[in-house]
Amino acid sequence: MGLDGGGMRFLRAVAALPARALEPVMAGLQSVIGVRRLPWVFLLPNLTIVALFSLLPVLVNVLYSVTGSENLYPSERHFVGFDNYATLLDCGNYLDPSTCSRDLFWRAVRNAALFVPTQVLAMIGFALVTAIALNRRIRARGFFRGIFFFPVMLSPVVVAMTWVWLLQRDGALNGILGTLGFERVTWLSDPGRAFKWSVFVTVWGHMGFYTIILLAGLQSIPADIYEAAKMDRASPWRVFTRITVPLLKPVLLVVFILAVIRSVQTFDEIYVLTGGGPGTSTKLIVHYIYETGFAVMPRNYGLAAAASLLLGAVLFVFTALQMRLSRTGRDG
Amino acid sequence: MAAAAQGITVQAIDSDVKLMADKFMRENPGTRVDFRLVSFQSILESLPVQLASGRGPDISMVADWAGLARYYLDLRPYVDARYFEREFASILGPMRGGAAKSDAINGMSGSMTLNGAFVNLTLFRQAGVPVPKEGATWDEWAEAARRVAKATRTEMPMEMDRSGHRFASLAISYGARLVDGEGNPVVDEGLKTAMRKFVAWHRDGTMPMDLWGAVGGATHRDNFSDFMNGKVVFYFGGSWSLYKMDSGVGDLFDWAAVDAPCGTSSCTVMPGGGAMVAFKHTPNPELAARFLAFLAREDNMREALGRRPNVPVATTLIATGLEYPGASERVREALASFTRQVPKIPPAAYAFQGWRYQRAAMNAMTTRISQVLTHELDVDTAAAFIKKDVELAIRSSRK
Repeated sequence: MGLDGGGMRFLRAVAALPARALEPVMAGLQSVIGVRRLPWVFLLPNLTIVALFSLLPVLVNVLYSVTGSENLYPSERHFVGFDNYATLLDCGNYLDPSTCSRDLFWRAVRNAALFVPTQVLAMIGFALVTAIALNRRIRARGFFRGIFFFPVMLSPVVVAMTWVWLLQRDGALNGILGTLGFERVTWLSDPGRAFKWSVFVTVWGHMGFYTIILLAGLQSIPADIYEAAKMDRASPWRVFTRITVPLLKPVLLVVFILAVIRSVQTFDEIYVLTGGGPGTSTKLIVHYIYETGFAVMPRNYGLAAAASLLLGAVLFVFTALQMRLSRTGRDG
Repeated sequence: MAAAAQGITVQAIDSDVKLMADKFMRENPGTRVDFRLVSFQSILESLPVQLASGRGPDISMVADWAGLARYYLDLRPYVDARYFEREFASILGPMRGGAAKSDAINGMSGSMTLNGAFVNLTLFRQAGVPVPKEGATWDEWAEAARRVAKATRTEMPMEMDRSGHRFASLAISYGARLVDGEGNPVVDEGLKTAMRKFVAWHRDGTMPMDLWGAVGGATHRDNFSDFMNGKVVFYFGGSWSLYKMDSGVGDLFDWAAVDAPCGTSSCTVMPGGGAMVAFKHTPNPELAARFLAFLAREDNMREALGRRPNVPVATTLIATGLEYPGASERVREALASFTRQVPKIPPAAYAFQGWRYQRAAMNAMTTRISQVLTHELDVDTAAAFIKKDVELAIRSSRK
């Protein structure tokens, strides 16, 4: 059932109406500002949105970071210079957070230094293996693709709550252990175990997203290259290391950078799963920012803003690295 | 337009307030009270941000009485001030947020809550262990709870809500001052003794790690369901849980709210609870005040306490007593037990409750004690950090 020729013409005419209405305006504008400057007019809506919702908040954050008091309105806050940064960076020995004025911040930094590489490597490793498996002609391939992507569609809070129910003292996992005659395990009360479960749950929750990207990358590799390798009797490992990985490198790079940025920003799942504990063993930087700015009384917006800008600087470095690496990959 | 001007928004953590709002609207035709049921976490975390931005409800339940005092509407122009002063004398001071010279009337509270201990009497009987009498120390309770748990193979001897407020009861019992006369944090031997005992109970298995040891930061957590399911011998929570006992436990086991365990200094439970306050930003201060006066009316307070048994605040209700018609004999005995603790509350507990930086101190205590439990800090370092955390909070709010 398609539209006949008359219907299509009518729809085209309707779709062209806004353009026709704007044509005289744009023509007039072009004659005033010149054709070279006209692209800025097209960019203006996007630039406005970026300025309002990205640049302005960053500037406001800078303003908060150099002002003090528990008041929210900038006009009611006092300029304190770099006091908040000095408080955060005041440390006897950066390797021993207990010697730092804001030890919780440095504990969060230390945790992040361990969490990010562990989580990113696990994430990419599992996602790659899954993508390779799902790229093969296996039974119920569509079903498995859906299964692996399913957690991505869930809210992070739902993901974390599900795992809390599984891992808590009277949770399903201990229930199964009990039924089998084993002792119950304190999955979330032991700092080491809680950290590992935090890595696992965040990998479980986001792996599907990276799997899909890698799957798309794998499918873009021409099949004839694999056929040629097969004719040359190349081993599967050699095919993987000499064909798959090199050709997947640009996609892997994107996945790596996205995974690192997402990992540094991890908050929701761990907030629900462990609240940053036991102690501070799973507290990450965003959690520290949230607690400082929004959970404890009185609110310390200045300190939270300073911490978030330091985090922003770290993310900026990663983004710059991504751009540099992707440019290098393109050029050479 | 006139109808819009006669509307207010009220938020609270229990739906009983909605019943009162409906009754108020029936008695005051032409007025509109929109009720919002919110979580306790929202009261603690979202409300302060809303207030700082000049928004939020016209009336709300608040837990941090002193910390938010600067946003409260002074009700004196709109209500019978003498009635409020007579009925709510004990809470008006803490609600003034340390402004000692103020005589503002900032709100009302139908009931106060008290921290306190619940014990499973059935388990005590089964174990053949006598229930410690009034005046028993925390150590004696811990010892008795351990013996009962061992004899009855109960999972946990003792539990305490993960809350700085609950821990303050233990600390003040051992002589902790927590705050001095000038509003500065105090870290003394009393606080450290309480921390050492608390840590030792976690190390030897008297208390499980699930509450204080399993989460970090200032997160509030309770496991009262453990008590209701007979999994713990002694639970230190508070009077707000009483209303659950009849429906949740009934006759499944025998239980009681017991006298406050003692330390070397006193036998203390912390007072607390929610107060209802109106905010300065309300466009309808007269209506907001009228609603609070309505909640403060004796018959309405009796009605609310009849639905949800708790310790009354109003002087008249204390003097004349309450019937609690829907409550079981056990709940009434528990209420009587909680009420008996009130005269024992030392000045340090009231001073801490009315301190503007109480929440900062409580957050610091939960965070730092949890760090000791997971071997990140020792007790002395943790105590020093508690002081430092609160001092930073004070400094940053005064900048």
